[in-house]
Amino acid sequence: MGTTTLEKPVNNGVNVEALLGAREALTKTPEAAKFKWRATVKWVNGTHSRSTVEGFYGLGAEQKHKSQFTFEADHPEVFASEDKGATPVELVLASLASCLTAGVAAVAQMREIQLRSVSATLEAGMDIRGILGADTDVRNGFDGIKVTYKIDADASPDDIKALVAQSQKRSAVYDIITNPTNVTVEVK
Amino acid sequence: MSWWLAKRSIDHVVLERGELANSWRTERWDSLRLLTPNWQSRLPGYGYAGTDPDAFRTMTETIEFIEQYAKIMSAPVRTHTSVTSVRRSGDGYEVATNQGTWQCEAVVIATGACNIARVPAVASAVPAGIATLTSMQYRNPEQLDQGGVLVVGASASGTQIADEVQRSGRSVTLAVGEHVRVPRVYRGKDIQWWMDAAGVLDERYDEVDDIVRARNVPSLQLAGYPDRRTIDLNSLIHIGVKLVGRLAGINDGKAQYSGSLRNVCALADLKMNRLLDTIDEWASANGTSNQAAAPHRFEPTEVEESPPLLVNLTRGAFKTIIWATGFRPDYSWLDVPVVDPKGYIRHDGGVVDSPGLYLLGMPFLRRRKSSLIDGVGDDARDLSAHLASYLGDRTSATRSATPALSR
Repeated sequence: MGTTTLEKPVNNGVNVEALLGAREALTKTPEAAKFKWRATVKWVNGTHSRSTVEGFYGLGAEQKHKSQFTFEADHPEVFASEDKGATPVELVLASLASCLTAGVAAVAQMREIQLRSVSATLEAGMDIRGILGADTDVRNGFDGIKVTYKIDADASPDDIKALVAQSQKRSAVYDIITNPTNVTVEVK
Repeated sequence: MSWWLAKRSIDHVVLERGELANSWRTERWDSLRLLTPNWQSRLPGYGYAGTDPDAFRTMTETIEFIEQYAKIMSAPVRTHTSVTSVRRSGDGYEVATNQGTWQCEAVVIATGACNIARVPAVASAVPAGIATLTSMQYRNPEQLDQGGVLVVGASASGTQIADEVQRSGRSVTLAVGEHVRVPRVYRGKDIQWWMDAAGVLDERYDEVDDIVRARNVPSLQLAGYPDRRTIDLNSLIHIGVKLVGRLAGINDGKAQYSGSLRNVCALADLKMNRLLDTIDEWASANGTSNQAAAPHRFEPTEVEESPPLLVNLTRGAFKTIIWATGFRPDYSWLDVPVVDPKGYIRHDGGVVDSPGLYLLGMPFLRRRKSSLIDGVGDDARDLSAHLASYLGDRTSATRSATPALSR
């Protein structure tokens, strides 16, 4: 790929050697590749809730983020709520956006493409008659998601498109959104 | 391999479970033609001698071609000999068959990559009342009920079957995952001609960045139609085939298609254009450019605005589902611990991780062309050299037969 000659080595802040090393190591020890991601949530009031993430499991042991991260979620005032946080569906968009963008950086590093700037806007349509139960033919979720990237990099337009395409191919959140996942919800 | 072993004066037999060219006789659909042109079946000491080098062999012609080759070199073929087990015995191997047992110093496994049709796990959730068959069981459209057909998989088999079934008057939906788009003819020459001439097919297994990925690339979306037309998703859309995403699940009788259709098509278009760039660069550098038509690019794959994501399978949308989702090898008869957890033999360019055991005729075994009839000759030359030196090193051993297990 990387056809550009640069004075400095390409640096997108991604440790490719570590990623490639991990891929090789985990091919040999598939058990260590099994991760469990976790989140907890507490209802605050009305539609407002607070989710936290901190611990997860992987590489055969319990792991921890450097600190606990929290996410406020609520509904906006047009839904007669207090708007104390992003709506959960916006968090899904943010999640997709950050997953794809991390992928763009990683793939660019792998292909020796120097990124100068990467931004994207995401828009998802939704007919809220679904969640209101007003029309059972309307689904609750998005009727589609449109992601538009703007990327300034040392690469041809096709190579940049290929970065974005490869990032979708390797993205966990893209997979979670585009393919069905069994969800089990229990009450204890 | 037999040709090279004979040339090196190595005693051997070729064991064939059925007739010569068995899988070509029994595991292919009626209209199938080779995906490589006639000229591109260059075997050691043998090749195409007819008047239509750019045409594609029918199955009957392919069988004749292989029979003729076996005949001219007097290959020591034992037909109707099914291998039931191969195991280590002393410092060689014991090969048990339904026609007796062979003791040998070396074994070449040439049973191919396509022994068993791969069927995705969701197949078990297909509601009753829908007939299912694999691309290996498919013969022709008349075999299918009238009514809708879901073809799962858009590589060489899936696209050709979708084309033929749609033209038979049955309405086809094609579930499309990752695929490799290439035009049949580019700048007036067959794509195989370009890939051969530009050295793409000779790329070696120890030269590519990621051999695991290279060995798992789906088959090229190609067909060997007499009119040399290109088959791709656009050509299928134009005859009325409906494209949907990969079949990701079946829940409560509803098929769920992946929302990734747009991206798998974008990936395939970009990848095709990179191949065409390579060809154009090679043509300019080699002065071939003026002997070929001008460079051009093909229309991007047309993906509709909102491809369907769900279809209720219990309401008669499909009478038949055809799995064109690839194949896997069958090594159930191999009692040597060289098969990895995914069911593939561990090897280095065909030299298997067990002394005197070799593998031949697998995707990208030693070169990109390894799975083509055109590619096996070079691989067999390399591996027969290794095999000869292996036998030569065993000074104390008495030489005995080397069965080559044919596909």
